[in-house]
Amino acid sequence: MFAILALLVGIALGIWLEPSLPTGLTTYLPIMIVAALDALFGAVRAWFDGTFSDRVFAVSFFSNVLIAVLIVFIGDQIGVGSQLSTAVVVVLGIRIFTNAAAIRRAIFHA
Amino acid sequence: MPDENEVEARHAADDTQAADAPTARTLRDLARALLRPSASQMVLAATLLVFGIGVGTQLTTKAADDPYATARRADLIQLLDTATTETNRLENEIEQLKATRDKLQSGVDSAKVAQTEAQNRLDSLAILNGTVGATGPGIRLVVYDPNQKVSASTLLDAVEEFRDAGAEVIEINDSIRVVASTWFSGSGGSLVADNTAITSPIVMDVIGDGHSLEEAARFRGGLVSQVQTLGGTVTITQEDTVKITAVRSLPKNSYARPA
Repeated sequence: MFAILALLVGIALGIWLEPSLPTGLTTYLPIMIVAALDALFGAVRAWFDGTFSDRVFAVSFFSNVLIAVLIVFIGDQIGVGSQLSTAVVVVLGIRIFTNAAAIRRAIFHA
Repeated sequence: MPDENEVEARHAADDTQAADAPTARTLRDLARALLRPSASQMVLAATLLVFGIGVGTQLTTKAADDPYATARRADLIQLLDTATTETNRLENEIEQLKATRDKLQSGVDSAKVAQTEAQNRLDSLAILNGTVGATGPGIRLVVYDPNQKVSASTLLDAVEEFRDAGAEVIEINDSIRVVASTWFSGSGGSLVADNTAITSPIVMDVIGDGHSLEEAARFRGGLVSQVQTLGGTVTITQEDTVKITAVRSLPKNSYARPA
C-alpha cells in the first residue's frame, strides 16, 4: 500500500516541483528510468516466486540504475554513447518482457 | 469458515515448505499484502518514491523542452552537419539558378538588340523601296511650265541631282513615289513616270538636307536654269516637315532569292 502511494506521490512531485536536473544528467535520466523499470519488474516477479526481499530489491534497484548510467557514460566517453544506450535499452527491454511473462504466468497461470 | 480453513492449510503448507523452497504466491496474496502494510514495505516505498520522482521529472522535461535539449552531442553535431550540407547544396542551387537566369536575361537582351537592328533595316529598306510613307525635313519644288517643254530627261537629271545631294525620298505630284526602278518618258505636255501621267505644274517633294537639295536644283546648268531656259519658273521652299504619302507596291521576285 505504502509502495503504490509512494510511487504516485513521487510522480506527482516530479511533475509539480520540476526538480532541475544537472544538465549533464538529463541524457541519462531515460536510461535510469528503464533500468529502474527492469528492477521493478524483477522485484514483482520475485515477489510472486516468493523469493522477494526488500533489501535485495533496494540494492538491485540502485545498482541497476548505476550500472546502466555507467555503461552509457563510458560509451559517451569513447564515442559510442548512442549505440550503447540503445544496447542497454534493448537488453533491459528484453529482461522486462521476460519478467512480465513470468508475472503473467504467476497471475493467470497461462 | 472455508476461508479460515484455507488460511490454516496454507500456514501449514508454509511451515512445511519454508525449510526447503520458497512458496509461489498468487494475485490474492498480493492484494492482501497491499492491504496489510508492513515495515519492510517502507524500503520499497522509498525506492519507488525515487523512481516516481525520476519518471515525473523526465515527463516534464520531455513535455517542456524542445527535442534538442536532451539530444546527445554527437547527434547534435550530425544534425548540424546535415543542416550545413543542405545549406551548401541549396546555396549552390541558388547560384546555378542565378547564372541560368542571367544567361536567359542576356539572351533576351541580345534577341531584343537583334530585333531592333532588324526593324531598323526593315524600316530603311521599306523607305528605300517606297512601300511606306515617310516624313522629315526637305524641300518642296514646283515647276511651272507654261510652254510645256520640260522633258523626261530634264526630270531624270533633276532626280539624279537630288540623289547626289543626298535625297532619301522623292515624290512627284503627291502621287508618284520615285524609287530605283522608276522610269520617265514622254515629252512636253505628256510626261509619264511609272505609267502615271505627270500633270503641270510639277510638284516634287524631297526629303533630305534642305540646303543641299536646293543647291542641287539651283546650280548653274541645273534644273532651275534649264526650266528658265525653256520659259518656265521654279519655286523652291525648304520645309521642316515634308510628308510623303505616296507608296508603291513591291513586285514579287520571280527569280531572285536572298543568298
